[in-house]
Amino acid sequence: MTPLIRPHPHDIGHDPAAPLVDLPGHSSRGRLERVLRRGEFAVTAELSPPDSADADDVRKAAQAFEGWVDGINATDGSGAHCHMSSVAVCAILTRIGYSPVLQISCRDYNRIAIQGAVLGAAALDVGNVLCLTGDGVQCGDHPEAKPVFDLDSISLLSVIRMMRDESRFLSGRRLTTPPRVFIGAAENPFAPPYDFRVLRLAKKIAAGAQFVQTQYCFDLPLFRRFMAQARDMGLDRQCFILVGVGPIASARSARWMRANVAGVHIPDTVIARLEGAADPRAEGKRICVEMIQALREEPGVAGVHVMAYRQSQYVAEIVNESGVLRGRAPWRRDFVPNMQPVESLEAG
Amino acid sequence: MTTLLTPSAFEPRGKRPPPDRKPRMRLWSARHAALMERLYARFEASIVALSPLFARIGYARLERPVATLEAGVKGFLFDCRMCGDCVLSKTGMSCPMNCPKGMRNGPCGGVRADGHCEVYAEMPCVWVKAYEGSLAMQGGRAIAEVLPPLNHARKGSSTWLRLARERAKADA
Repeated sequence: MTPLIRPHPHDIGHDPAAPLVDLPGHSSRGRLERVLRRGEFAVTAELSPPDSADADDVRKAAQAFEGWVDGINATDGSGAHCHMSSVAVCAILTRIGYSPVLQISCRDYNRIAIQGAVLGAAALDVGNVLCLTGDGVQCGDHPEAKPVFDLDSISLLSVIRMMRDESRFLSGRRLTTPPRVFIGAAENPFAPPYDFRVLRLAKKIAAGAQFVQTQYCFDLPLFRRFMAQARDMGLDRQCFILVGVGPIASARSARWMRANVAGVHIPDTVIARLEGAADPRAEGKRICVEMIQALREEPGVAGVHVMAYRQSQYVAEIVNESGVLRGRAPWRRDFVPNMQPVESLEAG
Repeated sequence: MTTLLTPSAFEPRGKRPPPDRKPRMRLWSARHAALMERLYARFEASIVALSPLFARIGYARLERPVATLEAGVKGFLFDCRMCGDCVLSKTGMSCPMNCPKGMRNGPCGGVRADGHCEVYAEMPCVWVKAYEGSLAMQGGRAIAEVLPPLNHARKGSSTWLRLARERAKADA
């Protein structure tokens, strides 16, 4: 198979920062939705927003993913820690031409703030929104903060869908231009009550979820059980399921994550493998690559979501080694048509 | 586990879930969700039947005493937080307002492997209990319904009276 160097024509605009042409049946003008709807195996990655007011920090962080991912999630106060806002990170990324995924956590805003943020983000060309409930404030750096939780992730999905499809606020007031967004949700197949998880995914789809990004998958048998239930209910045909993966640096950090990060399930076998390895960091990457390859073969899985906390420099390497793109090239800045992309790339 | 410094996570403010050691009525109620469902069906029929009487006395005049009674009864049985929009029959008879995140549509992703709460390690997850309760109930499938955002303006008001009034209006 010859590698496809040029990205799909629908994915390139006349200028990287300009919105792409409309496609019929699409909710957004973003690249992530296009890749998924074409049936290609998508790769998204998580960007940890900086503790700074410098836009260059965001640009530098995103550069590590360029040409390897179809969407970049900008986390929103992840782990209840304060960082640059997701809306701002996404807006910086759209200026360059990246496809960011705005994350909204119900922990920090009420329905008035959230609906305003969605309009603002859409106006700044953010095409994807991920609806989250959010971790409790107790696990963050401001445990004395007031937890808001005005909405939950599922009601948030329904609110954003109402804004987009009915052109109304939750109050019923009209919008003059609705936000064109591809709506996503999170799911954790690895936390109890296990049998309820697939029902919850169905609820999220009913509320408006078009794609899902899951919690870290380290337990393939448990995931396959969840996926089999999802396929039985036809959920894999109603939304795109992207499975969360990521490298772990050592057995020690695996144990720490398991004990301290809400919702992360790491089986003992994975920890034993890291412990027995001469180079744990390389082994962590190896485990991640193997997981991505296994997920690529799982029916109903539409892609992977790479969360490499403090290891984002390895994302490109992991995606490359896994071979999941099968020669496909996600968007890069040098694909601008007037820069003669094909020739310059073949020469390089 | 860090100590939570924000009792305001719960409504009413400062009312934390009772510790695991004490017998908790709300866990019993969720365990006996099928019985609660039958009792409630009868109770609902009777308050709807009483709606002409309520109308004669005046709903506004009844609001305070009935809300107080409702808070007492449901507080004992379910640790009710008087959200004013009771959905117990759709949540396996486990009150979702006892969840520190106020999740009304299902569990969050942070439930611990032992089925306990992410925020309060000593408390069983409200939604783990809700799912178990729903499995025992005749109408348990209602747990799959998507519930709209909570109307916070109803906080503290009686769901019973609102229900009686709404049903009477729908029948008329």
